[in-house]
Amino acid sequence: MAKQIIPKKHPMPHQDPKVRAKNFDEVALGYTEELALAEAERCLKCKNPMCMKGCPVSVDIPEFIAHVKERKYEEAAKVIKRTNALPAVCGRVCPQENQCEKFCIVGKKNEPVAIGRLERFVGDYMVNKEAEIEKAEATGYKVAIVGSGPAGLACAADLARLGHSVTMFEALHTPGGVLMYGIPEFRLPKAIVQKEIQNLKKMGVEIETNAIVGQIASLDELLQEEGFDAVFLGTGAGTPYFMNLPGENYNGVYSANEFLTRSNLMKAYCFPQCDTPIKVGKKVAVLGGGNVAMDAARTALRLGAEDVYIVYRRSRAELPARLEEVEHAEEEGVQFLFLTNPTKYVGSEEGWLTGLQCIKMELGEPDASGRRKPVPIDGSEFVLPVDVAIVAIGQGPNPLLTKTTPDLETNKRGNITADETGKTSKEGVYAGGDVVTGAATVIKAMGAGRVAATSIHEYLMGKGPKKN
Amino acid sequence: MYQIISKKALAPAIYEYEILAPKVAKKAKAGQFIIVKVDEQGERIPLTIADFNRETGTVTIVFAEAGYSTKKLGQLNAGDAVQDFVGPLGVPSHVDKLGTVIMVAGGVGVAPVYPIAREMKIAGSHVVGIMGARNKDLIFWEDRMKEACDELFVTTDDGSYVRQGFVTDVLREYIEKEGNPAMVMAIGPLPMMRAVANMTKEYGIKTMVSLNSIMVDGTGMCGACRVTIGGETKFVCVDGPEFDGHLVDFEEQLMRSRQYKSEEQQAMQQSSCGCGGGGKCHG
Repeated sequence: MAKQIIPKKHPMPHQDPKVRAKNFDEVALGYTEELALAEAERCLKCKNPMCMKGCPVSVDIPEFIAHVKERKYEEAAKVIKRTNALPAVCGRVCPQENQCEKFCIVGKKNEPVAIGRLERFVGDYMVNKEAEIEKAEATGYKVAIVGSGPAGLACAADLARLGHSVTMFEALHTPGGVLMYGIPEFRLPKAIVQKEIQNLKKMGVEIETNAIVGQIASLDELLQEEGFDAVFLGTGAGTPYFMNLPGENYNGVYSANEFLTRSNLMKAYCFPQCDTPIKVGKKVAVLGGGNVAMDAARTALRLGAEDVYIVYRRSRAELPARLEEVEHAEEEGVQFLFLTNPTKYVGSEEGWLTGLQCIKMELGEPDASGRRKPVPIDGSEFVLPVDVAIVAIGQGPNPLLTKTTPDLETNKRGNITADETGKTSKEGVYAGGDVVTGAATVIKAMGAGRVAATSIHEYLMGKGPKKN
Repeated sequence: MYQIISKKALAPAIYEYEILAPKVAKKAKAGQFIIVKVDEQGERIPLTIADFNRETGTVTIVFAEAGYSTKKLGQLNAGDAVQDFVGPLGVPSHVDKLGTVIMVAGGVGVAPVYPIAREMKIAGSHVVGIMGARNKDLIFWEDRMKEACDELFVTTDDGSYVRQGFVTDVLREYIEKEGNPAMVMAIGPLPMMRAVANMTKEYGIKTMVSLNSIMVDGTGMCGACRVTIGGETKFVCVDGPEFDGHLVDFEEQLMRSRQYKSEEQQAMQQSSCGCGGGGKCHG
């Protein structure tokens, strides 16, 4: 007899929106064991698991959920860790509704299995456990990983497991990349990121912080003088785009990168106990509709802004952010101005932002991205009075490394050219993540890091045993 | 951790630190900068490299206690260490045999000017140094500058040392007497760099200035250091810190440099972290 399936996901326990809008503690509290077991029961353990096809790193979802059902959480973690080094991170920040859960068979008639929440449950269970490290015999090969964000972390984990000696170079003072400077504490507790990084260290991965490859050593120097046999570039999308509107340099106009780095990495929310200040303002406009925009808006609220607006030129249906983040932002009181496009910053004589001039839009025909193109409505300009504006319209690749490596091919946007295996134009140099694709998601970057690790391994093994 | 090998008080509230950072010292070039973060709670402070020694692996920084974070840095002593020290950052100065180059240093600006002057002289340029400060007490590194320059002029705003006047007065006199140099480089407070650039514009002399704007990461990631150069937005950290002084929007830079004045005041009234981890300072 067919099993009766509970039609809806077991709800995630959350901090009350009114309370959480004033603190930086995590919003989603995570499944209890009871909830996880009940949710795991909803999985059909399909013979042909479609969910796995939606996962950029192909986590064996039915198998890990089966272990959860049996309360064998360590086994479940082992299954996930075979392909995903950071389950506690991915369970929190992956856009599951567009990936695994989108393809879940249960989701055809009911709500899909809450795969992300279960992954987080397993990840969190393991965070405080001593991870068992399975490592291949040392190969003697040395690999440099440039950038310690999701792509680099995933690549490092695989290479270390395969027996290579791995050194990661991080430009900032704390490893983790966007997981540390970009994604706020309330969505991804920093302690969890650092715990996952500790696990990598236990596997023997060395991390050099304050080390900007390109400045402190060129790629050629790493390969020729410092004894690295291969390099992986996972430097991410670390240059903010601006809209080039008049008045963009008024005091009070931030890039989302700056606003979030001040708050997350530099802990400006704790100013003046921590030394880095941040301007919050009473009324804040966030330009853009992606996850970064949601993070910036919700951070501004928590820092004490009275009114926070998301200014987005298309409608709600086109918002690129994760649905959960949009809903959380709405519950917390972020105000959405859809079909609204900024045209100019307005400022005081002393150079401080006082408003954002916008124009109302309507949706026309679909554009190249397949989304309906917003068209301005003549004469609909208005000024939104704000004292802080945060530009969250995307980021480009950081130029520091490519500038000093002329023989590394890049495209017009400055992204490193790499094939589907991560191979670049330069021998022994591989790349993956946002620096290749442009700004995308944590899990896609991790997927690219893993693919590159496989290619690097093949490349090194092709050289035969390491000669000294 | 990066150890402070030596500390010297150069003038009231102006310090010179030699910091052990071999990897930075190995690569440092005149005109570049570093970022220092004193401790866990510290701000990331950008400072121009004043000197470096590849053999001892040390980098010299000079700073004036201006706000809360530089005061905190100034409280350290030889033997102490700073938590983070990253660099070299920014594009090095273009050093070449250029004929006569005039290096103008205002106040603490003498520190970043010094290595560029030295390199210019080594490259074969005729280096003229002009250094100025508000008063005698604030003059330092005159001996070093003497060595690095073929000619050196010193001036004080109040006339308490050598002569009374601004660096622009000395610069104009020199140009009037000797004709246009190949290049002027000016480093110091924004109003001083603006004054030099305005003056050399009259003569049509190529002028470079080094901007020390507000920064966070120093790697092109945050955009805090935006500056308008000839109508185009540039990032001081990766496109600079040196720019054509005739193209810099100094008014905008002045206004941007005041962004955190009130927060500075607030921080000055606080001491060390009191959140005890509850504010997740150490998270």
